[in-house]
Amino acid sequence: MNKAIEVGKSEHREPFLRIARRDGTSHGRKIGVRAASIVIALILDALFIVVVTGLNPLAVYAEIFKATFGTSLRFMWMLRDMAALLCIGVALAPAFKMRFWNIGAEGQVLMGGFATAMCMMFLGQKLPTPVLFLVMVIASLAAGALWSFFPAFFKANWNTNETLFTLMMNYVAIQIVAYATNILRGQASSLGTINMGSKIGWFPKLLGYDFTLNILIVAVLTVAMYIYLKYTKHGYEISVVGESEKTAKYAGIDVKRVTIRTLLLSGAICGLCGFIIVAGNKHTISTNTAGGDGFTAIIVAWLAKFNTFYMALISFLLVFLEKGAGQIASTYGLNEYIADIISGIILFCILGSEFFLNYRMIFRHKEEKGGGVK
Amino acid sequence: MEDAIRLVGITKTFGEIRANRDISLTIRRGEILSLLGENGSGKTTLMNILSGIYFPDAGQVFVGGREVTIASPKDAFDLGIGMIHQHFKLVDVFTAAENIILGLPGERRGRLDMKAVEEKVRRICDRYGFDIEPDQKVYEMTVSQKQTLEIVKVLYRGADILILDEPTAVLTPQETEKLFAVMREMKKDGRAVVIITHKLHEVLSVSDRVSILRKGEYIGTVDTKDATELSLTEMMVGKKVTLDIERPEPENRVKRIEVKNLNVMGPEGVPVLKDISFEAYGGEILGIAGISGCGQKELLEAVAGLTIPMAGSSVEYFPPDADKPEQLVGRSPREIKDMGVHLSFVPEDRLGMGLVASMGMADNMMLKSYEKGSSFFIEKKAPRELAEAVKDELAVVTPSVGYPVRRLSGGNVQKVLVGREIAAAPSVLMTAYAVRGLDIGTSYQIYHLLNEQKKKGVAVIYVGEDLDVLIDLCDRILVLCAGQVTGIVDGREATKEGIGLLMTKIARTDDGHRHLGHADTTETTEGGAAHE
Repeated sequence: MNKAIEVGKSEHREPFLRIARRDGTSHGRKIGVRAASIVIALILDALFIVVVTGLNPLAVYAEIFKATFGTSLRFMWMLRDMAALLCIGVALAPAFKMRFWNIGAEGQVLMGGFATAMCMMFLGQKLPTPVLFLVMVIASLAAGALWSFFPAFFKANWNTNETLFTLMMNYVAIQIVAYATNILRGQASSLGTINMGSKIGWFPKLLGYDFTLNILIVAVLTVAMYIYLKYTKHGYEISVVGESEKTAKYAGIDVKRVTIRTLLLSGAICGLCGFIIVAGNKHTISTNTAGGDGFTAIIVAWLAKFNTFYMALISFLLVFLEKGAGQIASTYGLNEYIADIISGIILFCILGSEFFLNYRMIFRHKEEKGGGVK
Repeated sequence: MEDAIRLVGITKTFGEIRANRDISLTIRRGEILSLLGENGSGKTTLMNILSGIYFPDAGQVFVGGREVTIASPKDAFDLGIGMIHQHFKLVDVFTAAENIILGLPGERRGRLDMKAVEEKVRRICDRYGFDIEPDQKVYEMTVSQKQTLEIVKVLYRGADILILDEPTAVLTPQETEKLFAVMREMKKDGRAVVIITHKLHEVLSVSDRVSILRKGEYIGTVDTKDATELSLTEMMVGKKVTLDIERPEPENRVKRIEVKNLNVMGPEGVPVLKDISFEAYGGEILGIAGISGCGQKELLEAVAGLTIPMAGSSVEYFPPDADKPEQLVGRSPREIKDMGVHLSFVPEDRLGMGLVASMGMADNMMLKSYEKGSSFFIEKKAPRELAEAVKDELAVVTPSVGYPVRRLSGGNVQKVLVGREIAAAPSVLMTAYAVRGLDIGTSYQIYHLLNEQKKKGVAVIYVGEDLDVLIDLCDRILVLCAGQVTGIVDGREATKEGIGLLMTKIARTDDGHRHLGHADTTETTEGGAAHE
C-alpha cells in the first residue's frame, strides 16, 4: 500500500510522446508509407464526401480520374498545364539549389510573356516567321533574365534580401503589364487574342494539337537542367555555393559571378516559360498570364528537392488534383471550395507522409503508463 | 560518501548510432569524478541525459536514492543538477546578473529585484574568489570569465551536482589551474563535481575517481591514485598504445614563406592581426600556439588568399624551382593556385569550409580541382579513384565514397580533408586544429602524416591548442596573443609554462580593447602595466 503511494507521488513518468529523427529510410518503407498515405487520404475523403455532400465517394473518385484520363484531349490539356508549371519549377531549380530564394518567378514569367506578346503585335507583320520566332525567344529570355538580374546583382554585391527583392519585382511586372494593356487597348484587363486571324507568332499545330511544342520544349528543358545540375562544372559550383559560401571561397569559386550567372539562367528560363504560355497557349497577355504558377512552382521545386524528374511527378499530381476538383465541381454542381477541400485532403496526406519517413514517434511504454495512472 | 546520482542501464540511440549502451555509474558527493573517453564515446550524451536535454531510451536515474524522470532542463535544475556546457550559452549584451536570472521565475511575483540578485551573485563570487562583477556585460568578458559566469549561473540556481563539459579546452594552463582550485573548493563544500575531458594529465591532477567510456559502453571506474596516463589510455582505447610523438630532425631546411608586417582588419573594424612577421621553412613543422581567437584563423586565411590584408603587408612565397619570391598578398586563392603555388590548407571549420557536407568523398576530392580542363562537363572518374585511394590509405570508415561526409564521424571527416590536401602534393601545408575532437589513434595518424610531409620537404604550419603536443611535434613554435606575435621559440627547448606566459603577454591592446589574456599572470609581464 505504502509503496503504491510512493509510485503515484514520484515524478518518474516518461513523456507520453517523443519524436526522434530517423536515420535513412529503406526503399520498401518509403513505398509503403506513401501507399498508406494515399489509402488514408481516400478514406478521409470518402468520409468527408458522404457526410458533407451525400454523394457516392467512388463515383466522385471516378470523376476526378476522368478529369485527366477521360479523353485524350483532356489528357493533353493536363500535359499542357503540367508543362507550364514544370517549366517554372525547372527554372527555379538552379537558384534554389544555390539557396537563392527566387520567389519572383511570377514576374519573370510575366515579363517573358509580355516581351513575346509585344513582338507578336508589333513585329508580326514585318518579319518572316523563323526570324520572328527567333526574336520572340531572345526577347523573352532577356526580359526574364533582366527581372532576375537586379535582385541577383544587389545580393551578390551588397547581400540584400533576395526574397523581398524578387517578390517586389513581381508587382512591378504586374503593373507594367496592366499599364501596357490599358494604353494599347484602353480600359481592358487583357490585350485580347493577338493575331487571331493570321495566327502569326502562334506555335504551329503538331500531332494534332496547338500546344504539342510546349510539352516537347519543357521535356527537353527538364532533361537538360537535370544534366546541367548534376554533370557540369557550373552545376558543381552551384551545389558548393548553396552548401556553404565559405567553402566556395575556400575552393576559389567566384561566388558573385556564380550567383549572378545562375540567376540570369533561372530568370531566362522563366522568361522562356512566358514565351511558351503566350505563343503556344494563350496568345494574349494579361496580369493573369502566369496565373499563380510562379508561386505554385516554388512548392513543386521544394517538394522535389530540386530534382527535375521528381518535379515532373509533383507537377502532375498538382495539376491532376486541380483538374479533378474542377471536374467534380461542375459535374455535381458542388461549391468550388468543397471540391478544393476534397483534393486538398489528398495533397495533405501525401505531403504529410514525409514526416513519417523522416521521424519516428515513440510512445510511452505501456506498463509504465499503467503505473503512472495509478 | 553519499551517492548523489546513480545511473542504471542507461541506453540512448540516435538512428543507427548507439551513443550509450547499458551504462551504469555512480556520482558521489564531496568528490570530483572524471568522465573519460575518446570523442564519440558517449560522455556528453550521458551528461545531456542528466541535464534533461536528451531522454534515454531505457534505464533509470536515481538522485539522492529516489528514482526520477528528467524530461527537461528545468527538471534537472529542480534536482540540483547543473551543467556547464562546452559552448557557452550566454547573451552577449546582457550583464552577468541578467544572464544568471534569465529563465528563472523570480523571488517575488511580477517584480524583478536586481539588487537582491546582484547581492546573491556577489556572495557566490566571494565564496569561490571569482573575478566577475554582477553588472559586467558579457561581451566585455574574457573566455575564462564567461566560463566562470556559467559556473555562477548554475550555483545561483542551487545546483549541488555540477557537470563541466570539457571546460579546459578554451583555457590557458594558468586559467586551468584556477578552475581546478575552484573545483576543489566545491568538493570541500560537499558538492558532487563531474568533469568531462580527454586530457589525461588533467584527469590525474584534479579528480578522485575516473569512469571510462568507450564507444558508448561503460568500461569501468578506477581510483585516480591507482591510475597512470598509460593505464587510462589503455582503458580508453582498448589496446596497448605508445604515447610518444616522433620528431625527426629537419633536413634541407629551405625558406618557403616569408611574412612581413602582415596587418588584417576584422569585420568590426578592429585589427585582428598586427605586424605579423615570420618565416616558414620547407622540411620543418612550425607550430602556432595561442588562446583560441587570437588571430590563428585570420593568419592562415590571409596566407591562403582568403582575406585581403591591409596595405604594406607582404606574404612572399619562395618557389622550389626559382630564385625570385612571389608576392601572394592581393591574390585570390585561384590566382595563387594558377601561379603554381601548391598551398594546401586544412581549415578549422572542416564541414563548413574545407568540405561540402552534403557531398560524398568523391565529390569532395574535386573541390579544388574541378575546373581543370576546358570541358563544360565535370570529370568524375579521377576524383572517384582518388577518393578510393584516400579511403584505403587512411582507413576512412564510410559505406561508400558517395556517402555524405556530414554523416561520417569527426575523425573520418578530418581524414577525408587531410587526405585531399596531402594528395595535392603541397609545398606548403597549413593545418588549423588538425586533431581537435579526434581520438588518440587518429590523432597519432595525423601527426605521422604531418611528419611524412615534413620529411618530403614540405613547409608545415601547425596551429594547435594542446601545448604538450605542440612542444613534442613542432620544430619551432610561434606564439600569438591578441593578433600579435609574442615570441617564436624552439620546440626542443620550450616549456608549457613559458608558452603559457607568452600566450597572455598582452593584457590590453592599444585601442583600449580589453583582451582575452586577462589573468593573474599578466601582472608579472610587461603588459601588466596597462592593467589598472
